[in-house]
Amino acid sequence: MNKAIIDIKNPVLTIENLSVSYEKGKYAVKDVSAGVKKNSITAIMGPSGCGKSTLLRAINRMHELYPSIQTLGKIYLDNKDISSIPSIKLRQKIGMVFQRPNPFPTMSIYDNVIAGYKLNGTRIKRSKKDKIVEKSLCDVVLWDEVKDSLHKRGTFLSGGQQQRLCVARTLAFQPEIILMDEPTSALDPIATAKIEDLLTELKKKYTIILVTHNMSQAARISDFSMFMYLGELIEYGKTKELFTNPVNKKTEEYLTGKFG
Amino acid sequence: MEILLKYKKIQTDGFSFRLAKNKVFFCFMIFMSMIAISPVIFIIAKLIIKGIRQINLDFFYNVAPNTLEAMTAIANGEIIPGGIANGITGSILMVLLASVMAIPAGILTGIYLSENQDKLFANIIRNISEILQGVPSIVLGIISYLWIVINITKGFSAFAGSISLAIMMLPLIIKSTEETLKMIPLTIKEAAMSLGVPYHKIIFKVLLPTGMGGLLTGILLAISRVLGETAPLMLTALGSSVINFDVTKPTSAVPLLIWEFYNDPNLLDLVWSSSLFLMGFVLILNIIVKRIAKKYN
Repeated sequence: MNKAIIDIKNPVLTIENLSVSYEKGKYAVKDVSAGVKKNSITAIMGPSGCGKSTLLRAINRMHELYPSIQTLGKIYLDNKDISSIPSIKLRQKIGMVFQRPNPFPTMSIYDNVIAGYKLNGTRIKRSKKDKIVEKSLCDVVLWDEVKDSLHKRGTFLSGGQQQRLCVARTLAFQPEIILMDEPTSALDPIATAKIEDLLTELKKKYTIILVTHNMSQAARISDFSMFMYLGELIEYGKTKELFTNPVNKKTEEYLTGKFG
Repeated sequence: MEILLKYKKIQTDGFSFRLAKNKVFFCFMIFMSMIAISPVIFIIAKLIIKGIRQINLDFFYNVAPNTLEAMTAIANGEIIPGGIANGITGSILMVLLASVMAIPAGILTGIYLSENQDKLFANIIRNISEILQGVPSIVLGIISYLWIVINITKGFSAFAGSISLAIMMLPLIIKSTEETLKMIPLTIKEAAMSLGVPYHKIIFKVLLPTGMGGLLTGILLAISRVLGETAPLMLTALGSSVINFDVTKPTSAVPLLIWEFYNDPNLLDLVWSSSLFLMGFVLILNIIVKRIAKKYN
């Protein structure tokens, strides 16, 4: 198969020959190399089971919590090998938003936003906490909706609001990169539209890597797109070019809905 | 027209027969449920009728009188003076001690089991804990007698009693902790992981608070289960006629007192009131459990 992978200049994140296996000899991600451009949205697309989420989770080293998963290859953040960064620091620099909204059910909205500091035992002043909470919630356009109920449980919010709260929780660390694993797949169209607007707003400050099942979403908001198939990175390029003129036959078949 | 009516009659007849069958079955179910709960109602009624007149402040503050005093009181047509203060304090002492031993061990084991579902070692522990649940309580009493009474305290003691109670509590707490933690969605854990929270903090600051309702329920149920245990205490704590807070000395407990009162014809009335007290206490604990479970859901 002819692969077509764009060469990104001055990438903020570089993936080099990354392979991930859940069982010995069975690779979910095979030899992926790619760069990610700063302040852009990079979408990862592909049919179910192609390794999108596995690739995403390798970027903030989520896999190391499961001892059976093996990761080969290197990932560099600002030219620094991520395996040399302590996991707390790394995950503060590379935040993650999940498929389903998952605020901590025992915590208030306020505590959810600063959960990263709270759970890690980082001591910060009350005034600084307030500032972080307000700024993060403003960034996700949730502040006006919840400013009067900051000390209510986060789980009382609607699904879309909860997901924005989860984004705010990630933003509280001021990360460089935000990983998103199908963040809108559990949401209704209106909430999805709000999250998408939010993402295009957020890319001014952050770099976003977005796994999505939804091709039109990738076409709408992403700057660059990756297409993965059976664990391999088949095609990676500017979204406009990839969608209008795909090089690889598989990509074309996927985009025209022949499989996936 | 006639044929149609006839047909209709047959049809409705068949239908009403089926309706009647349903009604009979329904009534039968109600009847059986009544039979199932009737022991509880009769027990509570009997305990209240026989026991309530013995319950006054004295009942909670004082120990039981000797046979002679009780006999004179009965002969004078008065209620038996004194009560079960030694039993209440002894029960509290031993259950507290047992909880201190069983809760940390039980909860940590439960966490281990829920975090390592399919590991061989976890399966072994799970099975052993299930076996432990099936061990008759008198056997636990004998074991505690051999270990503690003979070797450590060199005599009957509250400590030996609480050991046997703790062993009884363990499997209950382990099971409820494991089941509770298994119900917590993985996404909550992953959310904490993605914030770089270390593993032990994920357990203590995220998983345990999230499952607090279930954990508390399991602990309280285990406590209410061992509160009424008599057999293991007979061989370990033995009983005492005075209020005792020394864990190396023989100590009384409410169920032990019930047994002692039963063996003394003059103190028979106290059997009812102590049983009423024990039953009421366990009932209240169970209501609290229900409240907690409801609140956290």
